[in-house]
Amino acid sequence: MAAPRLFLRTLGVKSSLTGLTGGVHGSLGFTLLKLSPGCTAKPTAQRRHAAHFTYHPDPVPTQYGPTQKMNLFQSVTSALDNILASDPTAVIFGEDVAFGGVFRCTVGLRDKYGKDRVFNTPLCEQGIVGFGIGAAAAGATAIAEIQFADYIYPAFDQIVNEAAKYRYRSGNLFDCGKLTIRSPWGCVGHGSLYHSQSPEAFFAHCPGIKIVVPRGPVQAKGLLLSCIEDKNPCIFFEPKILYRAAVEQVPTEAYHIPLSQAEVLQEGSDLTLVAWGTQVHVMREVAAMAQEKLGVSCELIDLQTILPWDTETVCKSVVKTGRLLISHEAPVTGGFAAEISSTVQEECFLNLEAPISRVCGYDTPFPHIFEPFYIPDKWKCFEAVKRMINY
Amino acid sequence: MQNMLTVIANAFKAGAKINGSRVMVSARSFADFTPQASFDIKRCDLHRLDEGPSVQTVLTREDGLKYYRTMQTMRRMELKADQLYKQKIIRGFCHLYDGQEACAVGIEAGINPTDHVITAYRAHGYTYTRGVPVKEIMAELTGRRGGVAKGKGGSMHMYATNFYGGNGIVGAQVPLGAGVALACQYQGKNEVCVTLYGDGAANQGQIFESFNMAALWKLPCIFICENNKYGMGTSVERASASTDYYKRGDYIPGIRVDGMDVLGVREATRFAADYCRSGKGPILMELQTYRYHGHSMSDPGVSYRTREEIQEVRSKSDPISMLKDRMISNNMASVEEIKDIDAEIRKEIEEAAQFATSDPEPPLEDLCNHIFYNDAPLEVRGTNPWTRLKSMS
Repeated sequence: MAAPRLFLRTLGVKSSLTGLTGGVHGSLGFTLLKLSPGCTAKPTAQRRHAAHFTYHPDPVPTQYGPTQKMNLFQSVTSALDNILASDPTAVIFGEDVAFGGVFRCTVGLRDKYGKDRVFNTPLCEQGIVGFGIGAAAAGATAIAEIQFADYIYPAFDQIVNEAAKYRYRSGNLFDCGKLTIRSPWGCVGHGSLYHSQSPEAFFAHCPGIKIVVPRGPVQAKGLLLSCIEDKNPCIFFEPKILYRAAVEQVPTEAYHIPLSQAEVLQEGSDLTLVAWGTQVHVMREVAAMAQEKLGVSCELIDLQTILPWDTETVCKSVVKTGRLLISHEAPVTGGFAAEISSTVQEECFLNLEAPISRVCGYDTPFPHIFEPFYIPDKWKCFEAVKRMINY
Repeated sequence: MQNMLTVIANAFKAGAKINGSRVMVSARSFADFTPQASFDIKRCDLHRLDEGPSVQTVLTREDGLKYYRTMQTMRRMELKADQLYKQKIIRGFCHLYDGQEACAVGIEAGINPTDHVITAYRAHGYTYTRGVPVKEIMAELTGRRGGVAKGKGGSMHMYATNFYGGNGIVGAQVPLGAGVALACQYQGKNEVCVTLYGDGAANQGQIFESFNMAALWKLPCIFICENNKYGMGTSVERASASTDYYKRGDYIPGIRVDGMDVLGVREATRFAADYCRSGKGPILMELQTYRYHGHSMSDPGVSYRTREEIQEVRSKSDPISMLKDRMISNNMASVEEIKDIDAEIRKEIEEAAQFATSDPEPPLEDLCNHIFYNDAPLEVRGTNPWTRLKSMS
C-alpha cells in the first residue's frame, strides 16, 4: 500500500513551526496562527513524511457477496465494469479515459467493452458535460469524467443551467437523469492551486443535481453505482489522495449504497463530528484523541451525499449529544459546513450546549507551499473539540 | 598586448549578454569570424494571406550568440529542474519546456520588451526570456521567498513585467490575452500582445470566443498555437478534427512556422507583429515544435510515443544544435567559444539551484496576503472560528 507521500520541506518549516507554538501576536492584537500550548503539536516528527491522516479501512462487507482487495481507483473501475456489463447503453468518456485515465480508474474497460463505449474527448470540459447531457437526454447512460475537480468550472454553466434544470423546465418531458459526472477531488499533498480544490459547495447551491463524496473503496463503488442508477444528474467526487492509499475488501458484484443517507460510523454521547471524503479519516483520529485525552465520546457521521443531505441523521445525533463539529477542506466562508450549521441550529437550537464549530480551510486560494498549514488537520479539530467541551 | 587581449576577452564575454553592444575588434582568435550571414528559412504555409514572412534572414554574430546562450540556459534550467524534481526538492507539478526553446527565443527576438506575452503552464522558458533571472525561476519552483512570485505560485504561476503568466487552466489565458490586446489598442502605444496556447487547448471553446472578439474589434493580438504534437498523452490526430491549427482562426489569417528554427520563428513573429501593429487585426501563428520530456514530471513521455521518435527529433531538429551548426559552419563562432558559453551557463544554473535549495520559504504570514487589495489589514477567517489571520495585502 503506498502511503501518500506528503513531505514537509525541512529546516525552513521546522523553524517557523517552533516559532508558532510559542504564540505570536500581531500588532493589532490578532493571533497569528498560534497553536495552543495545551495541544501537543509534534510538528516535525509527525508531519515530515506522513500524510495528514491515517486511513482506516471499513470492515469487510459480508452482505454483498465475494470480496476482493481493491484500492479506491480499482473499486471505481470495478463499478464501471459492472455497469458497462449490465447496461448496454452505458458509455464512459472524458479526457484520457481510453488508456485508463490519469488515475487509472478506467483501466482495461476499453479493451473489454470496445472503443465506442469508452472513448476520449478532446480538451473541453464544457463540451464534455454538454455532450453528456445530450447523450443522457437521448437515453444513454452517460458517465463523464472531468479530469480534476478544479477544471469543472468551464462546465459549471452546463451543469447548473442545463443539467440541473432540464426536468423542471420541460415539465418532466425531458431529463438528463442518466448523466453522472465523476471527478477527482480534494487535497493531495502537492496539488497546489489547481489540483486540490473541493468545489462541492458551489454545486450545493443548485437544486436539481446530486453530489456524492465517498470515504473509501467500499462506499465508492456502492455510491457510484447508486449515482449511475439514480434518475437525476449526479456529480461524484472521488478523493484523489485516497486513490492508492485506501485499500479495502470490496465486493466484486454490483451493489448499491443508498444516496442521501448519512452513515454513523461511531456512536457517541458527547459530541457529533460530521465530515465527508478524506476528512472522515482525520475525524476518526480526532475522535480517538478526544476519547483518550479528554474522555469525550464522539459520534462520527460520514455525510456521503452532500446534496440532498441527510438532515435527519445529523439532527438526531445533535439532539443526543448537544455539540456539533463540521469539518471540510474547502474554505470556511460559504463552505458546505455553513449550510449544515444553519440547518442544525434551526432544528436543534434548544439542544445545543455549545456553538456549532466549523473547522475548515482558510479563506484563501488553495496554497502551493502552505498546504500543511492550510488543511484542517486533526490538531485543529481537536482544539475545536476542547473548546466546545469547555464552553 | 596581453592586457589588450584580456580586455577584449572580457568585453566579448560581457558583450555576448548585453544587447546591442558591438565587440568587433580584431583580436587573436576572434579576427576570423564573420560578423553576419544570411540564412534561408523554410517557407511558411499561409492561410488568408498573400505574402508571408521573408524566406531569408540576416543573423549577426552577437544575436546568434545571444540566442544560443538564451536557449542553452533554458535547456540547462529545465534539465536542472528535472533533476531537482526527482530529488523531491521541487514538488507539485512541473511542466518542462526543453525542445521548444526556439519558440520562446524566436518570439522574444521578434517583439519588443514593451510588448506583452501571456502563455499557459509550460511557462519557465517565457519567464526567462521576459527577463526574470534563472535564480528567481528556480526559487519559485522550489517555493522559496526569492522566487519570482514570492514562492506562492510555483511552476505554473510565474509572472514578470509585461508577462502575464503562467496560467493553470487550459485555454483560460487566451481571452485574457485578447483583453490585454484591447488595452494595447486603447492606449495607443503601438504594442501587441502575444497570446500562446497549445494544441490541446486549441479545442477549448473560449479560444474561439477570443478569435471572434479579436477579429471583430481588430485587436493587435498574435495568437500562437505551440503545436508540440501531443496534448498531454493524446496525439493531435486523436484530439482534433482539423490539425491545421493555423487555419482554425477561420476568418483570421494564419501562418504555419517551423518552431524548431529560431530564425524562422523570429521572422514569422516580426511579420506577425508588423501585421498587428499596422492595425489589420489579429493574426494566428502555429509553431510546429516538440517537447522532449513528457507532459509533466509525472509523465515518462514514452507511453504514447516511441523513444525512437524523440531521438530522431533530438538528432535532426534540435533547435540549439541547429543554431550552433549554422554559426560554426558559417564561421560565426568557434567550438571553444561555444564550450565556454556552455561552461558559464552550467555554473550559473548550479548557483541558481543552490540558491533555490537554500533560500528560506516564504513566511507564514504570506498565507493570507494578497487575497484582496486591502487598505487596512483584512481579517481572514481561519480553520477555527476563533483563529483569525491578518491579510496584509
